[in-house]
Amino acid sequence: MEIESAKLLTAVLTPLVGSILVMNTGRKPNLRETWSFLAALFLFGTVLSMAPAIWRGDRLIFHIFKILPGISVTLRADAFSMVFAMVASSLWCVAVFYSMGYMRGLEEHAQTRFNACFALAIFGAVGVAFSDNLFTMYLFYEIVSVCTYPLVAHHQDEEGYFGARKYIVYLTGTAKGLVLPAMILIYVLTGTLDFADNIRTGIFPADVNSTMVVILYVLCLLGFAKNGVMPVHNWLPSAMVAPTPVSALLHAVAVVKVGVFSTTRVMLYVFGVDTMSALNLGTATAFFVSFTIIVASVIALSKDNLKARLAYSTVSQLSYIILGVALLTPDGIQGGLIHIVNHAFSKITLFFCAGAIYVACHKKDISEMCGLGRAMPFTFAAFAIASLSMIGAPPVAGFVTKWKLLVGAMEMNSHTLAIICVLLASTLLNVAYFAPVTFKAFFGKPPEGVKYDSIQEAPLSMVVPLMITAVISVIIGIYPDFMMTFVKAVTG
Amino acid sequence: MDFLVINNGFPFLSAIIFLPLAGALVQMLIRDDNLARIWALLVTVVVAVVSLPLYIGFDTSSPMYQFGESHQWIPALNITYTVGVDGISLLLVLMTTLIMPLCVLGSWSYIQKRVRSFMVCLLIMESSMLGVFCALDFVFFYIMWEAMLIPMYLLIAIWGGPRKTYASIKFFLYTLAGSVLLLVAIIALYVKNGTFYIPAAMGQDYSAAFQTWVFLAFFLAFAIKVPMFPFHTWLPAAHVEAPTAGSVILASILLKMGTYGFLRFCLPITPAATFQFMPAILWLSVAGILYGGFTALAQHDMKKLIAYSSVGHMGFVTLGIFVLNSRGIEGAMLQMINHGITTGALFFCVGMIYERTHSREIRDATGIGKLMPWYVTFLAFFSLSSLAFPGTNSFVGEFLVLAGSFAENKVVAACAIPGAVLAAAYMLRLLQKVVWGGPDNPQIPGLFDLRMREIVTLAPLLVFVFWIGFSPAPFLEVMHTSVNHLVAQVADHAPAAGSLALNMLP
Repeated sequence: MEIESAKLLTAVLTPLVGSILVMNTGRKPNLRETWSFLAALFLFGTVLSMAPAIWRGDRLIFHIFKILPGISVTLRADAFSMVFAMVASSLWCVAVFYSMGYMRGLEEHAQTRFNACFALAIFGAVGVAFSDNLFTMYLFYEIVSVCTYPLVAHHQDEEGYFGARKYIVYLTGTAKGLVLPAMILIYVLTGTLDFADNIRTGIFPADVNSTMVVILYVLCLLGFAKNGVMPVHNWLPSAMVAPTPVSALLHAVAVVKVGVFSTTRVMLYVFGVDTMSALNLGTATAFFVSFTIIVASVIALSKDNLKARLAYSTVSQLSYIILGVALLTPDGIQGGLIHIVNHAFSKITLFFCAGAIYVACHKKDISEMCGLGRAMPFTFAAFAIASLSMIGAPPVAGFVTKWKLLVGAMEMNSHTLAIICVLLASTLLNVAYFAPVTFKAFFGKPPEGVKYDSIQEAPLSMVVPLMITAVISVIIGIYPDFMMTFVKAVTG
Repeated sequence: MDFLVINNGFPFLSAIIFLPLAGALVQMLIRDDNLARIWALLVTVVVAVVSLPLYIGFDTSSPMYQFGESHQWIPALNITYTVGVDGISLLLVLMTTLIMPLCVLGSWSYIQKRVRSFMVCLLIMESSMLGVFCALDFVFFYIMWEAMLIPMYLLIAIWGGPRKTYASIKFFLYTLAGSVLLLVAIIALYVKNGTFYIPAAMGQDYSAAFQTWVFLAFFLAFAIKVPMFPFHTWLPAAHVEAPTAGSVILASILLKMGTYGFLRFCLPITPAATFQFMPAILWLSVAGILYGGFTALAQHDMKKLIAYSSVGHMGFVTLGIFVLNSRGIEGAMLQMINHGITTGALFFCVGMIYERTHSREIRDATGIGKLMPWYVTFLAFFSLSSLAFPGTNSFVGEFLVLAGSFAENKVVAACAIPGAVLAAAYMLRLLQKVVWGGPDNPQIPGLFDLRMREIVTLAPLLVFVFWIGFSPAPFLEVMHTSVNHLVAQVADHAPAAGSLALNMLP
């Protein structure tokens, strides 16, 4: 049943209002951070309050503007949007504290701008999660691109500007050059940009030219470049010049998840499982992203800078999500979508740890972290837990993903073995680039003459959030049902 | 006169055409500079208010020319004074009346010498521009068309920048050359039809050769005015040297006369020739879009950058017109309004910086985000509008134009897409430089944030950016019937008859 609900508008506007309040209270840092936190909490509460209706199988909808016939700004909440909205809103609450600790700990400049843009990025992400049609999604997608530019360029030095330029060139270039024509062509072919209400049918009429559909599909897959699929992934490592809370929330949760969410939303609700399997697009996509999964992992192996390693790990892991959906089997799709959640909690923990290490001892390279685990046990314990999740070991969250993906691969009629090989190979690579970090930290010997006596854990406002996310990673690994109900509702 | 709905009440159109002229006459008697400014503002605001009933009373279900007035003028030659507006001209008339008060406001402190003469020029410009959009008689149209040239020439030649003589003469010669051909076409049509009524010249069965020549004469005149690539070279020169108000009028209104001419003359009067030349014009439009985009990307002068971006944007407009379906033409017309709003606003923005730093170079205005937060907020929104960010006015226009183009010719439309990417590139580059700059920004003395008057100048334009961006229905409704009527007029002459009618919007 479709229910008209203003809660959707409230949810989307909350971060926007939060950001305006933040801008106006720049002189009083404590009040400013309070606004951020209240907005985050209120947003999470609003999203949570929508859950019962979704569990009942209803769909919430809210019409805002009508642009042209078949094009409108309309919000919807269904099981699929809830997966992403829950993640983004809950992690914002944690990230507010963490970024307060980080930014104050390093005495960063322009904290008001930082916090305001942070909230604006969440505004875009929540908008993408709750969009009911391709136009609304494109609108919020672009808002995310523009509003995160100041975050990436935060340091305002040569490197910061360079990274930010690459970031904006990749993201707006692909959005305008690929998604825009795709969107216009879809409108010309179908007369609407509204998403379908199930994952099977898609919105294309039966008599549409199949070559055209394939072209549109490719445009969308590469156009939403925030999904980090190679060859349009290069903005992500460059964007790591940003302060770590930005890398954490935006490049593990908001920005990249906006990318994969948009990609999978379009795959399932514009093209539909039936069209995709009829045109064999699923298998082609699975192999295409498998390349990213393997190659990005190999590159990650070669990086000594912790954030760079995490960045390439993100590139690799994001493609798991697309891979799962591209399998087009119920378990595959569930495995892909649940990874939006699992990856978010685990990867944000890893980034939080990287930031905590940097604040505590200004170290960025893995080779310098030998023996540091004894000085910062909580941070590295959290890091270890999150690494296990990335690797896919039980009982941490990532295991659920791997299990579902493997089951999904086995449900396929062909190419089962190839997909299983990809998953196994990438798991081994994950072990290869994550395990040494933890191992060196706890069992490595500090270099000659270096003492870690003076090094302590980062401030509590950083350590507590990273512990929370690490614990949640374990909880959703042991009790995956809460989020799985949404994911299962998607596949019906 | 079956094309005209005669208005027997208050003559709105005559009022808005002649009020500024009367205001200009009174203006000549005023001795005080400040009083001259206030008087010009008063006149333009009154004209704007008088023009509003046009929108309210407009019958959107009729393709006829409304608020019509017709009087004998020179009976011996069958010349009349006939005016009226339809869905194609109405929004252009309203945009003109709404932008003129802002131009007066924008020149308030920018113009310091010969203020009274400046305001007289502005008011005469307004009269003649409104005359062009309302005229339904060729002679009246032509007189108004030529009358625009002189005050515009003066605006550039007297109040312009260092190379004002070169720019103003180039502008004058280019447009005059076009006008001569326009006159030839008008006389040819008069000889054929025996009347100067513009609508009477439409829908006649002219021979193919006659259509070709008349079309080419019209086309050249209007293509120079648009300006279409490769007739654009007068534009950057004129824009760079003109004072702010001159640039705004030039970009927002004068350029629209060319595309208005295509819609009013080329398409309905010579439809067969339109089809004949359509492929070539589509490619010229794409060339303009890409050329304008690339050239804008290389500019260091803010005004030049925006001038070249106009070449690109107007390329989208001509593209939309010559795909000859409803979506394309509606998009093109909306894009004409959008370009008027957005580019006008951007020229105001550049003018405000010029008033403070006396430089138009981007490098002399880098990293001013911290010093002028309100200014960069406005600049950001107008830049986003210019690059067709979703949710702003240009997005809707560009979307419709491209949707019309993809329906007509996928290759042409696909070639125009890089133009949209380039627009993002050069506008974001400008915005980045102005707001952020680099690691070592220059210290710029004399910067202060926007004054109230400047905010009042920009705010109405910003309202339209979002109004059209999120709810374009009120603007599209007025043009809908007229555009369908125009498409039907043209479609009768399509090589494969009927194929275009399918493209009409439901």
